[in-house]
Amino acid sequence: MELKLDGLCVVTDGRSLVRDLSLKVLTGQVVGLVGPNGSGKSTALRCVYRALRPSSGTIWVGDRDLARLPLRHSARTIAATTQDGAVDFDFTVEEVVALGRAPHLRGNQALGARERALCVSAMERLDIGHLAHRGVLTLSGGERQRVLLARALVQEPDILILDEPTNHLDVRHQVELLALLRASGLTVLVVLHDLNLAAAACDRIGVLARGSLVASGPPEDVLTAELVADVFGVTASVVPHPLTGGPQLLYSIGSSR
Amino acid sequence: MPPPSTSIPTAGADAFAAAGVPSDAPAGDGCRPAARAGLLLVCGALTLVLLASVVVAIGLGPAVVTPAQTARHLWAALTGGRVGADEVTTYQIIWQIRTPRVLLAALVGAGLSAVGVAIQAMVRNALADPFVLGVSSGASVGAVAVTVTGGLAALGIYAVSTGAFAGALAASLLVHAASATRGALSPLRLVLTGVAMSLGFQAVMSLIVYFAPDSEATSMVLYWTMGSFGAATWGALPVVAVVVVGGVVALHRQGRVMDVLALGDETAASLGVGPDRHRRRLLVLVSLVTGVMVAVSGAIAFVGLVMPHVVRMLAGATHARVLAVAPLAGAVFMVWVDLAARTVVAPRELPLGVITALVGVPVFIALMRRKGYTFGGR
Repeated sequence: MELKLDGLCVVTDGRSLVRDLSLKVLTGQVVGLVGPNGSGKSTALRCVYRALRPSSGTIWVGDRDLARLPLRHSARTIAATTQDGAVDFDFTVEEVVALGRAPHLRGNQALGARERALCVSAMERLDIGHLAHRGVLTLSGGERQRVLLARALVQEPDILILDEPTNHLDVRHQVELLALLRASGLTVLVVLHDLNLAAAACDRIGVLARGSLVASGPPEDVLTAELVADVFGVTASVVPHPLTGGPQLLYSIGSSR
Repeated sequence: MPPPSTSIPTAGADAFAAAGVPSDAPAGDGCRPAARAGLLLVCGALTLVLLASVVVAIGLGPAVVTPAQTARHLWAALTGGRVGADEVTTYQIIWQIRTPRVLLAALVGAGLSAVGVAIQAMVRNALADPFVLGVSSGASVGAVAVTVTGGLAALGIYAVSTGAFAGALAASLLVHAASATRGALSPLRLVLTGVAMSLGFQAVMSLIVYFAPDSEATSMVLYWTMGSFGAATWGALPVVAVVVVGGVVALHRQGRVMDVLALGDETAASLGVGPDRHRRRLLVLVSLVTGVMVAVSGAIAFVGLVMPHVVRMLAGATHARVLAVAPLAGAVFMVWVDLAARTVVAPRELPLGVITALVGVPVFIALMRRKGYTFGGR
């Protein structure tokens, strides 16, 4: 399903966090949002998974206006992993993953056999099957991140919204996670900090600075030395990936001006 | 009177056996003996313990009646059977004085435990209890105000309870109004506002007592802050029963919503649960139930804080499960606490809050120090 942000603006307490953001994620595409801290990436995502109501602008899910959809409905189409991971109660991993079915179930309705199988396979895919009975409070940051993603997959969404999903993950799990996203066939909008991972994993990249979209397009068009210097204030050499030819950034620590 | 929670559906119990793992498989970290199949067993066992406790507690007191005799008298009362002339006094002690008191204890114990679970989920804080939102101090102000001014006299013996209930609801409304910002109801803001308001209400209460002409207000304050079932009558019981049982069932139905809310507001929204709307709904429910309980028994501390944790340690964190077990466990606990209150130093009566704390604190600390329970994330 296609996701389209159209003139999205978020103003909180007189401060403009997102300004006139328009961005399109085609069905099955992985689009990355990058930008310095505080550039409005997470704020834009929060509007899509409906933790925040935009001040103006429209978010289109397929041909439907997100603001007109009941919350439960949109939660069946859009799943998200967020940054507010702090839980005070010691749910087990399988309990948290099973909560991904919440938008599909009434009240305390039990999970059916198919849904349980879904949870098991999601946990297997994210390599957390062995943690099923562990309390989430005892997990490492990376393990918890994978639990959140399993929960999002169990939601059976068409669109995945991920806020820094590679946070805390070791290299192997970072690569596996992005490969999983690419293979999932889902429409994905993801905030990433690692520009090289973004270049390798995304069909298109949008660059945010101070709430505005300053560039968007395929990684090789967007990730230029000039843009990185401009937006991030870092000197980088852009070299082609020896295998894929995609852009990769090399930073020279200490010699940046 | 059926125990308050036997009618609770336990359908949600399936949710935590989600992985298709046999439910009797030992939990990985060994701290969750009560799995899905075990839940019905635990609830059934607790219901039996509750029934037995009620019968025993009704029999005990200054005049001791054996459980068999108690059961016979209760049966006679329920079925309209006959009681011999020589047994009328015993019958009256059992049916008119002790039965309503013990049933009230069971109801309030169940209600406080369930409300404690709901409040902790709602404000996402393991230290919250039913009174954290200012309900008990609001009720105390209402009760003391009625006592001192002699207002609501038309309501007779229910005047003070009505005043307490009004005070409790007013306090909840105030806390809600003061903590809501642009339609949002942040958990931390709720707790902080509740704590601040409680202190304010206590000051108001002290002020009323200070200027009160008699000492009746002082003993009233002690009564409301420590709790007692001494004023239990058949008259007030149906209202309490309906509100508490209805409230517990309604809270149980929100079990999965509480699970989702416990994951954080952002996550809740992404899972289709509007955090503010649902928190407001829970606040109404919780205030109503707590208000009624405080009005008839005062603010019994500790049960609503500790019972949720004790039950979670045994049954895991899933709220549908916790809310099936906690009311039964709370009811049993409260029946025994009340029995201790009226028998240990008879004919004097101990305030309930003293016993709940003396019994609860060591049990709680012991359980908390056990390996496997991660208290509030640490």
